[in-house]
This record gives sequence, C-alpha cells and structure tokens, in this order.
Amino acid sequence: MSRAVEETNRRLLRARDAMDRSYAEPLDIPALARIALVSEAHFIRSFRATFGETPHRYLQRRRVERSMSLLRETDRSVTDICMAVGFSSLGTFSRTFHGIVGESPSAYRARAAVTAAPTCFTRRWMRPSSFGEAPAGDRPIA
Amino acid sequence: MLNSIRLSQIYVLDQDEALDFYVGKLGLTVHTDEDLGFMRWLTVCVPGETDRQILLERPGPPGLDPATADQVRELVTKGATGGTLGFTTDDAQKTFETLRDRGVEITDEPTQRPYGTDFGVRDPFGNSIRILQPPSAPAA
Repeated sequence: MSRAVEETNRRLLRARDAMDRSYAEPLDIPALARIALVSEAHFIRSFRATFGETPHRYLQRRRVERSMSLLRETDRSVTDICMAVGFSSLGTFSRTFHGIVGESPSAYRARAAVTAAPTCFTRRWMRPSSFGEAPAGDRPIA
Repeated sequence: MLNSIRLSQIYVLDQDEALDFYVGKLGLTVHTDEDLGFMRWLTVCVPGETDRQILLERPGPPGLDPATADQVRELVTKGATGGTLGFTTDDAQKTFETLRDRGVEITDEPTQRPYGTDFGVRDPFGNSIRILQPPSAPAA
C-alpha cells in the first residue's frame, strides 16, 4: 500500500520538477500527466492531494516567483520578463501577478530588495503561496 | 568551539540504489560501508575529502517504528524531508552536461547567480541536490 504511495509521489515529483525546470515553456496538463504516467484527470486530482494545490496553480506560482526574482535583480522591462517566464500576454501576466502577489509587477519592483540566500531557497520560500504563512493573493487562480 | 562539519545525513530508500547514484553517477566515493547488524552504516564523501561524510541512511526498524518509517519514505518521495546537499564544482556547465547525459534528473539548469553558477538535481528517491561553481577567486 505505502510502496504504491511512494511510487505515485515520485512520479508526481518528477512532473513538478519538470515545471520547476521548464517553467518558461508551454507546459500543458497532457504533457505533465505523461511524465507522471497517469491520466489527465487523475494527474490533477492526485497532484493536488499530494502537494496541496493544482498543477496549474503550482506552475503559475513558479512563473510568478521567477518574475519576482527578475524584477528584483535585473532592470529588464516588465514585458520582457513576462515573456521570459512563460506568459504570452502581458495582460494575463499582470493579472496573474496581481492576483497572486497582491500588487503590480512595477509596484513590487519598487519595494523589493535583493536577498542573500541562495536561489533554490528563495524560490521555495518567497514564492507567493495560497496556503501556510505567506500572504495570500486576494483571489485564487485555480 | 566547533571546528568543521564532519557528518551530514539524508534518508535514502535503498542503499544499493543510493550507491549507484551517489558513487556511480555523482562520482562520490564510499567512505565506510559496514554492516553493524542493526543497520548498514553507509557513508560517502567527495573524493579526497574524507573529513566530510554523508550518511546514506535507510529509514526503518529498529531505528524507526514501521509506521513512522513509512511516513518518512513518503515524505522523501514528495521531496519534502528537507534532505538537501550542496556541492561545489570547477565547471558547472560541464558537470551539468555530464550528469544529464548519465540520466540524472535535473531540477534547474545552470543559472548565473551573484554567488556563482548553480544548478539543481534530484536523487532517485526525492532528495534535492545543488551544485555550485563559485565565482572564480580574484587574481592575487
């Protein structure tokens, strides 16, 4: 029983790693479900049960987290950053960013500071979250 | 007070498979592999760096009760035990390519950071590994 859970967890973690690695590419549920070796509907359900949020939401948070990093650490334009993290429309990016972070990309840039911790940790901890202690966005995305 | 880090521990689900990965793919060497009876004490180290060892520990009885061991195994496979190892390399890009070609799961491709170039990989169980090429020291 538990070995089956471990196997499922590893497959789902592989799919989540694919989102972390290839966040800027057009990832879709069928592709991710193939990595996890399950059907699409089952993938969404089991991903949520395992990691606490839907794959779509996870990928959006990953992309927004990357954009936050670029806003903090570079002077690239918001449009440029929007494309670089995998959004194809500035409108969708701004709406998603605001929905998750609670402010616009430029407002965030104006107040954000560069951090001393390695990226892999800031990635996990500064990613805006819909659960836990981090400030939640004003509306859920998925 | 304290002088150095001597031993770090991560949980692995299978010690032979762990050796295939940590020695066969990452290129570490076995420091100690000893059957203590109640457990297999298995440590690896970076070649030549024998004063810092990583204990590859299998969660299970008698150290952990079976139910807790199952919980640990589930967390490891979710990538949630907090098991993270950080290594340095002279050439992040080359190491990345070597590991990728050996079939190692990549979580992050090499990225330039203020503290160097780093990338991330996953061990076969779910533990997270970061590999960093520090910025080259300024010429003396």
